[in-house]
Amino acid sequence: MTTTTAPAGPGGRTVGKSSPGAARGPRRRTGRIRRIGLPYLLLLPALLLELLVHLVPMVIGIVMSFKELTQFHIRDWTTAPWAGLDNYAMSVDFNAPVGEALLHSFLVTCAFTLLSVGLCWFIGTAAAICMQDTFRGRGLLRALFLVPYALPVYAAVITWAFMFQHDNGLVNHVLHDQLGLTDKPSFWLIGDNSFIALLVVSVWKGWPFAFLIVMAGLQNIPRELYEAAALDGAGVIQQIRRITLPSLRPVNQVLVLVLFLWTFNDFNTPFVLFGKAAPEAADLISIHIYQSSFVTWNFGAGSAMSVLLLLFLLLVTGVYLFLTSRERRSARV
Amino acid sequence: MRSIRAAAVGAVTMSLALAASACGGGSSTGGGSNDSPRELTYWASNQGASVEIDKKVLQPELDKFEKETGIKVKLEVVPWSDLLNRILTATTSGQGPDVLNIGNTWSASLQATGALLPWDAKNFDRIGGRDRFVESALGSTGVQGQDPAAVPLYSMAYALYYNKKMFAEAGVSGPPATWDELVETGRKISEDGKWALGAEGSNLSNNIHQVFVLGKQHGADFFTPDGKPDFTSDGAVAAVKQYVDLMAKDKVIAPGNAEYAQNQSLGDFAKGKTAMVLWQTASATFKTMGMKDDEWGVAPAPVPSGAPGTGAQTNSMVAGINMAVFKNSDNVDGATKFVEFMTSDAEQKILNKAYGSIPPVKAAQSDPAFNGPATGVLRETLATSAAALPQVPDESQFETAVGTAVKELFADAAAGRPVTTESVKAKLAKAQQQMPTK
Repeated sequence: MTTTTAPAGPGGRTVGKSSPGAARGPRRRTGRIRRIGLPYLLLLPALLLELLVHLVPMVIGIVMSFKELTQFHIRDWTTAPWAGLDNYAMSVDFNAPVGEALLHSFLVTCAFTLLSVGLCWFIGTAAAICMQDTFRGRGLLRALFLVPYALPVYAAVITWAFMFQHDNGLVNHVLHDQLGLTDKPSFWLIGDNSFIALLVVSVWKGWPFAFLIVMAGLQNIPRELYEAAALDGAGVIQQIRRITLPSLRPVNQVLVLVLFLWTFNDFNTPFVLFGKAAPEAADLISIHIYQSSFVTWNFGAGSAMSVLLLLFLLLVTGVYLFLTSRERRSARV
Repeated sequence: MRSIRAAAVGAVTMSLALAASACGGGSSTGGGSNDSPRELTYWASNQGASVEIDKKVLQPELDKFEKETGIKVKLEVVPWSDLLNRILTATTSGQGPDVLNIGNTWSASLQATGALLPWDAKNFDRIGGRDRFVESALGSTGVQGQDPAAVPLYSMAYALYYNKKMFAEAGVSGPPATWDELVETGRKISEDGKWALGAEGSNLSNNIHQVFVLGKQHGADFFTPDGKPDFTSDGAVAAVKQYVDLMAKDKVIAPGNAEYAQNQSLGDFAKGKTAMVLWQTASATFKTMGMKDDEWGVAPAPVPSGAPGTGAQTNSMVAGINMAVFKNSDNVDGATKFVEFMTSDAEQKILNKAYGSIPPVKAAQSDPAFNGPATGVLRETLATSAAALPQVPDESQFETAVGTAVKELFADAAAGRPVTTESVKAKLAKAQQQMPTK
């Protein structure tokens, strides 16, 4: 829709409506400046805070990645000697232990993210579709589904850590003692099974978010589409494939991106489950960087790893956004 | 933008602390002053069964200090899991307490930051002189040849705590004195869901304490005399293997102990599930867990053969807590007075009695309270057969790297995977390669 109405100044007044001829130029200019400048003025505090809280520390972090920053210089990090690209070279030298461990952690994180995001999305979508039709008790079930999302992460993960304990944990009690599914009680917090434990907790606390978002997305699909499809003889599966999933595409694009970023950087879950030294099988990159920085006190190397992670996530996000926007553009054509 | 923020989590977290220091007006490099002579902030480490118990123990003493000097001490008891990170943050920001407790094994690492007041002869004179302290405790206050970075406050040593009833039921007459005897005793006890020895396989510091002592017994130090990591020497490998073999080969430690890190082994001991634990000053904890004093006994920790002593007969690390002063304190004189008060003969007796530890101050040690059945063993161990962990700047990294290697080996043992000399050596080599090279 287009309009020819004169633009309104702040407060809805029409700018220059009754200005006499001589004063019209400067006043109009002042009005324009006010009109254009005010939004920027209003944004300024947020911009300054953003700079102070996020951008400045990030730049400092990048500078640190070029420094040889250990306990000897932590009291005044600016005095640390420059390391050039040494920290980066060490981080990406996959034949040496530090690089090899970082690569291992990166691969573990990729596998974990892929599985966790996939399962969160699948369970969340399936649950949201099941909850679409009204039935008795739907409200209660919806509220129950959101409990993991509403609980404080720390408390929830500690509870899981208790449940996963070898000797007294509920998981072994059920799987081994009651169902007899395992020969002997399994270890979940150390060794290879720790990956499964981490995945279970991650999916448990992540899928309600997917459920919430997909449920909101489903509200925008007109019921008539389903009714028409049903009249044409489409079954439930076909309706989901042909109507629900295509209609949810914009919602899913955002949902998957957000889940990906949250899962890839998840620090709380592994830290609370395993402490500061995660088992090799569950050595997520966030914990790995924490350990490199804060536990072994090699802050320069930790910063370099963070910057590498930042570049990777920027690349993935950029490619993802480019591909999804291209799909949208071609869909419009 | 969200992705940028999310990705930079490590760098940003660290930078925030540093940025805060820039904004906060504090100086991390300041030299200290007496601008605020009537107030002190004290970070105490969590020594008792809970933070609340610590406050109850310490507050009356702090009130006494205020009455004597007019200086009010603001107390914060910091849990162990947070303490090192809190100190590190305080070091970077310059916004720390005036006086603080540190684990004595961190002394050299924290000394390297340059944030702690050096205890030169002049400062020691202000608290009664260096000679008041036991020499073994002074060995864990910083790098040799430099002025100490801290003053000993509580001393502890490892001993073998055993359950008298379980020993009697298994027909064992007394506590084992050597490792062979321990394994032999253990095999008699380890049956019907009962196990001989408790361990904390996922507790990195505890792992280090145990393998360091075994390392001494095998003639290994984990560091060369010039401070370089030496984790793969034959002695170090043998020490780590011997410790993990108590679970993997000797089967005297329950596999479940591989994931213990929160003192669960003490709970098992109190419940009669395990018959022995190698621990430092555990008597107060046993009491809070409902054990009566006559239900358990204390003996020196095992040695390869003979009696405990020095060198290969070392049977404990010098454990304990030191007291340090931040160099940039606004009340350096008050902080020194507070250290003098806390290390005075009278306070040493009160505090160490409350925590079941041994005073590192010679005069206070003569109190009969420190010559009981339990404390007597600990005192004797500290005096004759305990060695300080390597006082090198990389000690804190050593705890993490080798402690993690032992944790992973315990995980292998618990899962039934073989623990061989080669696998131990490979884990230790990986740990060594992760240590800073400069």
